Amino acid sequence: MCETCGCGDPQLVSVEIQERILSVNDRAAAHNREHFAAHGVLAINLMGSPGSGKTAVLEATARAFAGRVRVAAIAGDLETERDAERLRAAGIPARAITTGSACHLDATMVHHALHHDSLHGARLLFIENVGNLVCPAVYDLGQAFNVVALAVTEGEDKPLKYPVMFRRADLVLVTKTDLLPYLDLDSGAIDAALARVMPKPQVFHLSARKGEGLEPWFGWLEEQLALRGGPDASHPAHGHHHD
Amino acid sequence: MHEYSLMTALMERVEEEASSRQALAVHRVTVRIGQLSGVEPELLASAFDIVRTGTICAGAELRIERVAARWVCPACGRTVDPSNGGPRCQPCGAPAALAEGDEILLGQIELEVP
Repeated sequence: MCETCGCGDPQLVSVEIQERILSVNDRAAAHNREHFAAHGVLAINLMGSPGSGKTAVLEATARAFAGRVRVAAIAGDLETERDAERLRAAGIPARAITTGSACHLDATMVHHALHHDSLHGARLLFIENVGNLVCPAVYDLGQAFNVVALAVTEGEDKPLKYPVMFRRADLVLVTKTDLLPYLDLDSGAIDAALARVMPKPQVFHLSARKGEGLEPWFGWLEEQLALRGGPDASHPAHGHHHD
Repeated sequence: MHEYSLMTALMERVEEEASSRQALAVHRVTVRIGQLSGVEPELLASAFDIVRTGTICAGAELRIERVAARWVCPACGRTVDPSNGGPRCQPCGAPAALAEGDEILLGQIELEVP
């Protein structure tokens, strides 16, 4: 008992929470995922270092699917609309998310971008994450797949140095293979490093600039689109609720 | 540096819990951080020192429990050692699943209540 006023002594209690710290992001990601499922959208979270060739891969993909599949993109960068502009020039609707100083996209940022009219009707949506091999791996965006671009110029040790990112990759695109003749690197060493950190290694080697090795990547996308089916007609474009 | 944004989310959750119980202070916050979670415990601790100033957590201790990665085979249940040829079960050939080590969890909060 407190001697001054007779009130009860404060007591210590331990409260069990056991919740993911990112539960708010997880809920937003689940909301995005429902939206993608209802509209028959295949959403791909494309990650990789700055300069790993993410935008070049998307430019080549946009051209290959032009007139057959409606492709759209959300491009995250700290500053500038450059990537979104490049993607629009390649013929697909693209929205930029400028994160200021944030090193990754989160599910809420993606959700806001999804409300933009230009992205409606897309069947294949690329979310080009901020160039970074660390932070983007931590945030679920509601994507169906994580794809990581790794340029041959980055060296074969990157998967071992950044295992968190590569462990979460469903597919790795080893890019800029046209530069291999100028490098002291065996591309088999990249595959070996990926196999040490990916439970189920799936890797395509390509050069977007030369248009080489792109077919397996396009084939993989076609396969995933076919598995996904079309939009569910019972869901109107804005007929969803927010928390 | 996503640790700062993680810490902001953590503090919001702790303050919500403290206020719902009319807590006078928070004494300890325990988090569980997996080895393969992509979160650096030291950076999380620095972020806590910055974020707690002037909040109900001002005098609180942040206890970080690190969780080592543990891989298992989903087919046969064996523990898989990924340093031995990658995260795949050698006998079954199946891709291993991470049973532990990717958590970013708020475990317990120790509160001072009236």
